[in-house]
Amino acid sequence: MQYLVSVIDDGTGLATPTEEADIDAFNDRLRAEGHWVFAGGLGSPDPATVIDNRGDEAVFTDGPFVESKEYLAGFWIIEAADLDVALELAAEGSKSCNRKVEVRPFL
Amino acid sequence: MNRLEVREAITQAHHEEWARVVAALTRRFGDLDIAEEAAAEAFATAVERWPADGVPPNPGAWLTTTANRKAIDRIRRENKRGDKQKEAQTLYDDEPPEPLGAIDDERLRLIFTCCHPALATETRVALTLRMVGGLTVPEIARAFLVQETTMGQRITRAKAKIKAARIPYRVPSTEDLPARVSGVLAVLFLVFNEGYLATGPDTDPVRHDLTAEAIRLTRLVRALMPEDGEVAGLLALMLLTEARRTARVSPSGELVSLDEQDRGAWDAALIAEGHRLVRERLAAGEAPGRYQILAAINAVHTSAREARDTDWSQVVALYDQLVRLDPSPIIVLNRAVAVAELDGPEVALAVVDRLEDRLAGYHAYHATRADLLRRLGRSQKSRAAYDQAIELAGNTAETAYLTRRRDQLA
Repeated sequence: MQYLVSVIDDGTGLATPTEEADIDAFNDRLRAEGHWVFAGGLGSPDPATVIDNRGDEAVFTDGPFVESKEYLAGFWIIEAADLDVALELAAEGSKSCNRKVEVRPFL
Repeated sequence: MNRLEVREAITQAHHEEWARVVAALTRRFGDLDIAEEAAAEAFATAVERWPADGVPPNPGAWLTTTANRKAIDRIRRENKRGDKQKEAQTLYDDEPPEPLGAIDDERLRLIFTCCHPALATETRVALTLRMVGGLTVPEIARAFLVQETTMGQRITRAKAKIKAARIPYRVPSTEDLPARVSGVLAVLFLVFNEGYLATGPDTDPVRHDLTAEAIRLTRLVRALMPEDGEVAGLLALMLLTEARRTARVSPSGELVSLDEQDRGAWDAALIAEGHRLVRERLAAGEAPGRYQILAAINAVHTSAREARDTDWSQVVALYDQLVRLDPSPIIVLNRAVAVAELDGPEVALAVVDRLEDRLAGYHAYHATRADLLRRLGRSQKSRAAYDQAIELAGNTAETAYLTRRRDQLA
């Protein structure tokens, strides 16, 4: 079972060197214990472009699709047997990156 | 067996077997929805068949077998419609099947799943009453004064989340157990309190159906976890509170305070059982948690033949212990009520006044102040405090009591 662990940032900006080191240590644990699938940092949503190609031609819109103070600043995709395992890992992930995280199961 | 006896047998089977049937089916089919529906169908079949065929010698086994058959029928029906359901039936439990003797653990699994911390508190309450308690959705909706459709959606959404997010169907690890047990107890206590101090202008002040259901479920948890001190503590607390239920509201629907209650109307059997549990926990010699301390406080109150015989120094000592565990302002407020008896209202008022910042929106804060001010002869200030308490109180019996007290002021 795979879960998406989204990192929610409310304007604190990029990770500090200490946070980066903690995130690295957490990633090592994910790999060592077989939970690692993928992870990535995104930073602020400012450089985003929204594309809508449902019509005749693709329409590009500058900026994120939703304006809010809180935004997705990065994510992990983890492999976990069940939600208890996922929640335990996500709690440690939140501690390591020093931000709120959200856990959602993949279909 | 006449019709009445059959009906009683069905009610009894519902009380004793519902959770067992749902738990066993959830384990077997890995799906709460299937388990719930099949259990409900099995009981409906019993209502139809038992009056004609007679009550089977082992009602629990009959119900489980019938429910199993209903579940398999449903799965067959759905499999014809496509293989999507098969995917949904992937068990969210990777452990090998338990030996047959461990059947009680299945009910424990069910309880822990319904009270999972990833579910909102109100959802845990609803799901526990439905899956473990066997209450119907309309019954639960009525109990919590929400629309049936709203309650139905809440339960449906919870079952869908358990399945989609794969909330495990198991008893938590030893490491997580204390926190998870306290989550279960919080749900049970919430049900009890909603019955004990029902809110809402049009509800009965005490909802016996809810207090009784909370006690029944707590007894079940106690039977499944006999070693847990806090489970015993919560059960004792509920029993000692329930014992005073009839004395607590006057025939005219007014709350009767502890010192004015007719102690002869208390339920002696419930008090004896509560005291026995408290003594058992004292003998265990383990550091008590909050429910055990609250139970002990209630044991002191219910040991006094008359209100004036109450051992207040013991009550204050227990509150001191409780404050060390949980220094929340509400506990400090309750402690102050005991302090007033021991050291006088002046000392207590000084303690209560310091809580204003945090409890200004809580009716009991104003009610306590009003009473202390009354005892100190400060009528004007007391009246103002009663006014505020009346405005904030949600329980009809409490409002009636506070109004009388206010109107009796000089």
